[in-house]
Amino acid sequence: MKRILRLLFYALIVRPIVYFVIGLNVRRPELLPEQGPAVVCANHNSHLDAMVLVSLFPLRMLPQVRPVAAADYFLRNAFVAWLSVHVLGIIPLDRRARERGADPLAPSREALERGEILILFPEGSRGEPEQRAEFRKGVAHLVRTVPETRTTPIFLHGLGKALPRGEALLVPFFCDVFVGEAIAWEDDIAAYMQQLDRSVSSLENEKDFAEWE
Amino acid sequence: MNLSHNLTIVFGGILGLLVLATAVDWVLRKRTGAQPNELTRRIRSWWVMAFIFALALVVDRRISLLFFAALSFVALKEYLSLIPTRRADRRILFWIYLSIPFQYLWIYQSWYGMFIIFIPVYMFLFVPIRMVLAGEPKGFLKAAGTLHWGLMTTVFSLSHAAGLLVLPEAVNSPAGAAGVLLFLVVLTQLNDVAQFIWGKALGKRKVVPTVSPNKTLEGLVGGVATTSLLAFLAGPLLTPFSRPEAAVVGLVLGLLGFFGDVSISALKRDLGIKDSGGAIPGHGGVLDRVDSLTYTAPIFFHYLRYFHS
Repeated sequence: MKRILRLLFYALIVRPIVYFVIGLNVRRPELLPEQGPAVVCANHNSHLDAMVLVSLFPLRMLPQVRPVAAADYFLRNAFVAWLSVHVLGIIPLDRRARERGADPLAPSREALERGEILILFPEGSRGEPEQRAEFRKGVAHLVRTVPETRTTPIFLHGLGKALPRGEALLVPFFCDVFVGEAIAWEDDIAAYMQQLDRSVSSLENEKDFAEWE
Repeated sequence: MNLSHNLTIVFGGILGLLVLATAVDWVLRKRTGAQPNELTRRIRSWWVMAFIFALALVVDRRISLLFFAALSFVALKEYLSLIPTRRADRRILFWIYLSIPFQYLWIYQSWYGMFIIFIPVYMFLFVPIRMVLAGEPKGFLKAAGTLHWGLMTTVFSLSHAAGLLVLPEAVNSPAGAAGVLLFLVVLTQLNDVAQFIWGKALGKRKVVPTVSPNKTLEGLVGGVATTSLLAFLAGPLLTPFSRPEAAVVGLVLGLLGFFGDVSISALKRDLGIKDSGGAIPGHGGVLDRVDSLTYTAPIFFHYLRYFHS
């Protein structure tokens, strides 16, 4: 039942918004992971980011594709939590778990062990629209625990124009998704982070768009 | 379902041509192993148009109003994604999009007076007011100018094609309002192709080398002549025009289509976009398809209105 609800939500609400209202221009969709365990890492500018990334996958893969999202925001009350977990299908990341001595990455790790595909935003928050922030190392700690995980870097452009942080009004723009070659775990957090960062930067350099003044 | 006899003949002929074009394209690509190219994409978009046209004929004419509204929306979105916009204008763009349902509502209501002044007068005045209230004078003129140009081409001009459906005077044509719309859209599309083919075959002298180096005088003349001939043949079936008149209308449509095409080329050249067709899929699908129509539709509409009412 909840599975059907999630399917209907993504098929009837999210996809029409992503593909008609916004409109995507995806470079190299063939590089997207076809099976888990995999992590898709993208820059983060908008609430639309996760919707767009989930929509890149065929609907039959929907049960395996899960965005990782901050528990303090997406589980803020019982109703939002129910929607987030069962309809959006997020995996909560409790940013304050460590204070209690718990492992914030545990639910994500379990999902990877089940062979799922996680959507992650290593910048942490949406930040300034259309500006990249530094990637945090959490993703490396996660991938280290399930080392066969492949990491696919993605650069998103334009979604921060369509729906920036702090705005409730969606303004349609064609948005661009640049998919990069998957990265394997390198047994070294610093090297992995460096490679991920270099990948996303080179994807960012592919864009050649009019400025948002 | 009460289709006019002429319309059925012409539409049947178009479907036949489409099947033929699809088959030829498929065989050619199979033989050369080439990727889907500009022509393939064009044929695909014609299938979509033919399907929607058939649906509108058989089910309800309002479907084509919705289709043209959607076309305006996607074309405007593509335009606004290509040009530089200001952060301060984000909410203004929302109002600009909102003009689309209104513009097509006026058509649905056959409210000609509002249809013809809504964007050139009311939106023209409203958008700068909203921009002033947003309070960012830097880049004001450029933003006001580019936004209005986009509205005029993708919404106002294009909506004239849909306007043909409710233009009451056009009904006295032998195939009804749908016939004149079909005449306009098919001739505009075939004109693009004819100019392309003539240019490929014989093209030598460049017409507008600084704007669109691929456009040649031979392509232009051959294309316009072809369009004029097609109009001569199809005119009496679909429109209230006599044969000679239809040939002149075809000539004018051919020329206008050319200028619609090169004006979008100029825009892309100005923005430094090389080829919006192949390299960047999502971008450059619709604007490239409707560029000629933004010039042919309004002139054709007003020609019909002034001389055949």
